[in-house]
Amino acid sequence: MARQLEGSRAVAETVARCRPEVVCAYPISPQTHIIERLSTLVGAGQLAPCEFLNVESEFAAMSVCIGASAAGARSYTATSSQGLLFMIEAVYNASGLGLPIVMTVANRAIGAPINIWNDHSDAMAVRDAGWVQLFAETNQEAADLHVQAFRLAEQLSLPVMVNMDGFVLTHAFEEVDVPAQEAVDSFLPRYEPRQVLDPAAPVSIGAMVGPEAFSEVRYLAHVKQLQALDAIEEIASEFASAFGRRSGGLVSSYRSEDARTVVVALGSVLGTIKDTVDELRASGQRVGVVGIGAFRPFPAAAVRHALERAERVVVVEKALAPGAGGILAHDLSTALSGLPLDVHCVIAGLGGRAITKASLLELLGDADAGQLESLRFLDLDRSLVQGELARMAAVRRSGPTAENVLRDAGVVAARLS
Amino acid sequence: MGYRAVRFYQTGSFAVGNRLVGSEDRSVQSATRRNNSLSSGHRACQGCGEALGARYVLDAAMEATAGQMVAVNATGCLEVFSTPYPETSWRVPWLHSLFGNAPAVATGVAAAFKAKGRTDVRVVGQAGDGGTVDIGFGCLSGMFERNDDVLFVCYDNEAYMNTGVQRSSATPPAARTATTEAIGDALGNAFGQGKNLPLLAVAHEIPYVATATISELHDLEYKVHRAMTMRGARYLHVFVPCPLGWGSATHDTVRLARLAKETGLFPVFEAEHGEITGVAKIRRRLPVEDYLRLQGRYRHLFEPVARPDVVARIQQLADRNIRRFGLLDGDAENDGHGGACSSPDAARTGEPAP
Ligand SMILES: Cc1ncc(C[n+]2csc(CCOP(=O)(O)OP(=O)(O)O)c2C)c(N)n1
Ligand code: SF4
Ligand SMILES: [Mg+2]
Repeated sequence: MARQLEGSRAVAETVARCRPEVVCAYPISPQTHIIERLSTLVGAGQLAPCEFLNVESEFAAMSVCIGASAAGARSYTATSSQGLLFMIEAVYNASGLGLPIVMTVANRAIGAPINIWNDHSDAMAVRDAGWVQLFAETNQEAADLHVQAFRLAEQLSLPVMVNMDGFVLTHAFEEVDVPAQEAVDSFLPRYEPRQVLDPAAPVSIGAMVGPEAFSEVRYLAHVKQLQALDAIEEIASEFASAFGRRSGGLVSSYRSEDARTVVVALGSVLGTIKDTVDELRASGQRVGVVGIGAFRPFPAAAVRHALERAERVVVVEKALAPGAGGILAHDLSTALSGLPLDVHCVIAGLGGRAITKASLLELLGDADAGQLESLRFLDLDRSLVQGELARMAAVRRSGPTAENVLRDAGVVAARLS
Repeated sequence: MGYRAVRFYQTGSFAVGNRLVGSEDRSVQSATRRNNSLSSGHRACQGCGEALGARYVLDAAMEATAGQMVAVNATGCLEVFSTPYPETSWRVPWLHSLFGNAPAVATGVAAAFKAKGRTDVRVVGQAGDGGTVDIGFGCLSGMFERNDDVLFVCYDNEAYMNTGVQRSSATPPAARTATTEAIGDALGNAFGQGKNLPLLAVAHEIPYVATATISELHDLEYKVHRAMTMRGARYLHVFVPCPLGWGSATHDTVRLARLAKETGLFPVFEAEHGEITGVAKIRRRLPVEDYLRLQGRYRHLFEPVARPDVVARIQQLADRNIRRFGLLDGDAENDGHGGACSSPDAARTGEPAP
């Protein structure tokens, strides 16, 4: 039954219906509402049997999940931004050990400068950590993806990260149909671990592996990710027939069949992009959208299939690889290599800057006119940048950049548009 | 097994021999039924105190839990020498995750078994001093503070051995390590630094804290058993000499552990809920020099130029421990099993924990 719910609450209630046995977390905005709700559900006995642990750091949170998962318990945590980086050694370890932990990442920028608002820097920082990375476009999808995530993780013995945009989704109230308990129960079988710490059948897990076998073990991790490409699609289809709505999957296309220009993006910004595309379509422009639902494994074949008829691909991404440019755009270019189309990378929405329809319209107008560079920073205030560059050229001790720019901008709070 | 006065000592070693105690009081190690939790064939150096300590502790814990046990290990010598791929020496369910997270991983294992209603399965976490006192301390303190049902064991060889003998914050003053060389004016590790983790554990007021050495097997096994009768966070700090890192003879490992206790440099005590409940008395007080001279890591205190002033400062540390923990008085309490802690009388045995 659909209800008006905060995204975090919808996710927490869905996670609870997946019956995790160990939930462990450390608070960080904008993830907090998810774990607060789970803590309440466990405390009230509405999620049982389940151990909820308040730990002293994200590193401990992921480590507790590692121990719990290795002991055969369905394990869950959630974090954001600095928290994800704080746990990164354990994030790699969880996938290296093949433990099917599910983690929500309420996507947020990474400091310095410290910034609590949404972008995808956190998820991108762990893109090579061996986790499956799913991205939700809406809160309904965020909720649904968690049911699919547990299924996928346990099927493949691989941890799965569900990314949902911080604040934009986590704190937004909208109608969500939280998957019903009976439906989740029949969709999600009991967790049968491939490896487990069991006094009745002792095994050693986590041994040292040298050059004689390391490549093979790593290659098997790659194979598992490739298996996930099929499994993600299968699970999404099964979910659609079980729950009567489509969520997840590798890629989603919107009005892109005959499109000359296709915009590619991850997460909630797809909504704004679709609105923009509708407007442009109304004026006769052939534009479309492709959303990437799974960033890891990277769905190269599906992406290629979805984009091969386009003349131009505009990747709008909320992360930056300083000194290189886009991250999604780079993976996309590799997937599209050899095709006669141009890939443009647009860095947008960093640290919570709103990606507005007006800006997107201008952007796509430029693209249509052949005036879009291969790398563009959407809505960048060049005068602020020039001011700081000039200051640095003028004096050696020019001071801290972030504070200088803030002072020049003359605003205290985050500039949202 | 509780404390009982046993008045026979083997000559020379001052340790109670199994022959002299009733069969019910004999050590787990001496029993043919012992689990051999860390079986032979591993790659530890000859004379490795950590290998001894781990087998003693886990065999005793396996005995105490009737085999219903899981071990979690931090990165370090113990992890590396026990599991050279594709072999393993562990005869217990064993998990190694990272260097700094063993206490949290152990918490996770315990939480999983609790959620599954398997409260019979107990969890032991283990690490070297580096994995406990330094990089794992945040996770350990959190595990203590939450009173998670884990026995955490630190095998203290007083440096980062696995990476080639660098200083940890458990390295004692004046000890030479690869990062505290005795060069220039430096005489090894500095005085006045480092962490006393057993006392930090006491300050967390967890149900049980104990120190032990590999030279006093009965005491060590007793403490493991005692810990396993309790629930909640428990901490055992075991002194394990390392011939490679200390520059000592491989046949001196057990002797060095005994000397650390008998000089007062390593106080052997027990505490419950933040109060010290027992100390193992020194049987025959010895000067620290007897201990230092056997180790290459202190050679610069004796040659080429003798530094009696530095030796005297180390002696002061031992004397302070003796005063602080009351390691000498109360002869009547001085004879537990194999040099075990005396019966509880913390009020009289010196200053309480800070
Ligand atoms: C995060 C991290 N930092 C450093 C290391 C390197 N490292 C592995 S074992 C070790 C030393 C272990 O020392 P200790 O815990 O005292 O155990 P020992 O080997 O002395 O028994 C170090 C520094 C690591 N594995 N992980
Ligand atoms: S270096 Fe020391 S602790 Fe490590 S295996 Fe050798 S003796 Fe044991
Ligand atoms: Mg050490």
